Amino acid sequence: MVTELSDEALDHLRHVTEWPDFSGTRYELRSEVARGGMGVVYVARDRDLERDVALKVIAAESADAETTARLRREARIIARLEHPGIVPVHDAGSLPDGRAFYAMKLVSGKRLDELMREGPPLRERLRLLLRICEPVAFAHAHGVIHRDLKPENVMVGPFGEVLVMDWGVARHREERPPGAAPGSAPGDEPRSLSAPGITAHGTILGTPAYMAPEQARGEVDRVDARADVYALGAILYFMLTGHAPGRPPATPDASTRTWGGSHDHKTAQVRPPREAAPGIPRPLEAICLKALAAEPGARYAGASALAADVGRFLEGEPVSAYPEGVWRRVRRFAVRYRTPILLVLAYLVMRVVLLLVARV
Amino acid sequence: MAFPQTHRSVVLGVKSADPQERARALDALVAAYWRPVYRHVRVRWHAREEEAEDLAQGFFAAALEKGWLARFDPGRGRFRSYLLSCLEGYVANERRAGKRLKRGGGRAFVPLETTDGDGETRELPIPDGTDLEAEFQREWARSLFAVAVESLRARCAGTGRAVAFALFERYDIEGTDSATRPRYAELAAEFGLPVTQVTNHLYWARRELRATVLDRLREITAGEEEFRAEARALLGKEPW
Repeated sequence: MVTELSDEALDHLRHVTEWPDFSGTRYELRSEVARGGMGVVYVARDRDLERDVALKVIAAESADAETTARLRREARIIARLEHPGIVPVHDAGSLPDGRAFYAMKLVSGKRLDELMREGPPLRERLRLLLRICEPVAFAHAHGVIHRDLKPENVMVGPFGEVLVMDWGVARHREERPPGAAPGSAPGDEPRSLSAPGITAHGTILGTPAYMAPEQARGEVDRVDARADVYALGAILYFMLTGHAPGRPPATPDASTRTWGGSHDHKTAQVRPPREAAPGIPRPLEAICLKALAAEPGARYAGASALAADVGRFLEGEPVSAYPEGVWRRVRRFAVRYRTPILLVLAYLVMRVVLLLVARV
Repeated sequence: MAFPQTHRSVVLGVKSADPQERARALDALVAAYWRPVYRHVRVRWHAREEEAEDLAQGFFAAALEKGWLARFDPGRGRFRSYLLSCLEGYVANERRAGKRLKRGGGRAFVPLETTDGDGETRELPIPDGTDLEAEFQREWARSLFAVAVESLRARCAGTGRAVAFALFERYDIEGTDSATRPRYAELAAEFGLPVTQVTNHLYWARRELRATVLDRLREITAGEEEFRAEARALLGKEPW
């Protein structure tokens, strides 16, 4: 007899042989949902609490002391950040083979990049960006920098709720790389191989297309909340144009190289979004370019400041990133107060007409 | 680190001067490739069930007689792609010659029950947008896993681990998605085991299946590079 395997059974078997050993835990794996460079995410059943959860486990081939420490740090960082826009961690532990894992809320919805393909209206896109900024600003207020913000790491739920995911590269401002002297200032942080953001193998963590220039160059001590502002600007760029602003160099040594795409990290010039999509309003383009400024000091100070400017744009108010001339200010005023202005004009016209009629 | 070699490549075995080794190698290749070859003939060449069996049988017989498989050069690509191109040439020639006689030279490579087995005589339609090479690869993967599952079943039966296989079959083969897949607690009740035992048995069976699949894959690839590439295609990642 030969077993007949359905398509579903075959797909399941192709993954299940790699599933880790969860004996001795309260979880039973149901399916694999995502696989990244460091870990694999599974849907699992929590037998004790009778609910489904998402389990992130270090991939067997990546299991070493460094990735274990990173996963545990990720779990601790998320556990500290209790915010509706950040997935809560329920539990953390180790498998029989020593691999670390943590359990978090199982999230349903679409990734931001998938949602954008459906072409939502501009105002809806901007309101989504505001909701992305909220948990990021919350994390910044608690001293945490995400460092890998990108559309693929944002989930949008069925009711428009936004969750910022994958805090595997996140770093707390108080963190020091192993071996750093206690009490050393941030500027003293060595660009050591074990610095957070750079692996022991010297690989820069994060996603190049959404990475701030200083982060792409591995300048660990210069990476602060404004690196996340850059990534949020890159997400806004993606939401406006449908693609990321550019591809920074893969290695610190390549930082002076010029490359293709919409971003030149030699001059750190981002191709203006209006060149790709001329219909983008100029103030909005200015907000995007300010967030994507090459120098951290030229960007918004944090996610809240960026959100405030986007909020002002949505309200029809002047934005800090775009100094207006008189004519543009008048036009924006006219657009914003169109109805009362029309009413006043109608009233004035009526008075003039009545005056003329009375004279006749 | 190279994955430990536990099985000699039968792709290389078909070139052996030893007739016994050649026959053993061919049998292993037929076990892995019969179904993908048969399905490909049915879909790509619109062959009815009996004709497809006939052509698949004839293809392996011709490959043996004419030494096609022995001519495979590992430096020029994957064995699977090579075999597919041989098959295409063979069926095209057979169709041109209008041959409809029973092929195979009297040697039956596989029992007929390995075909669709549903008594259908119609042609299998080609779905729109079907990538025939990808379809061939999928059938090859299905065949490889099916052979490995049977091997696991036999090993479990022979080593007093029938319960482990029965649990594996219920959960990982019959439970096709997370909605229909039974809970561990349900399996534990059904088999009269503690839940921890269900977890242990399933983990053991999956690990054994993985090892068996990789063993079979090692057999039907020509070298380390092809083995790793095929493992990546099969399991989504390289063996570690």
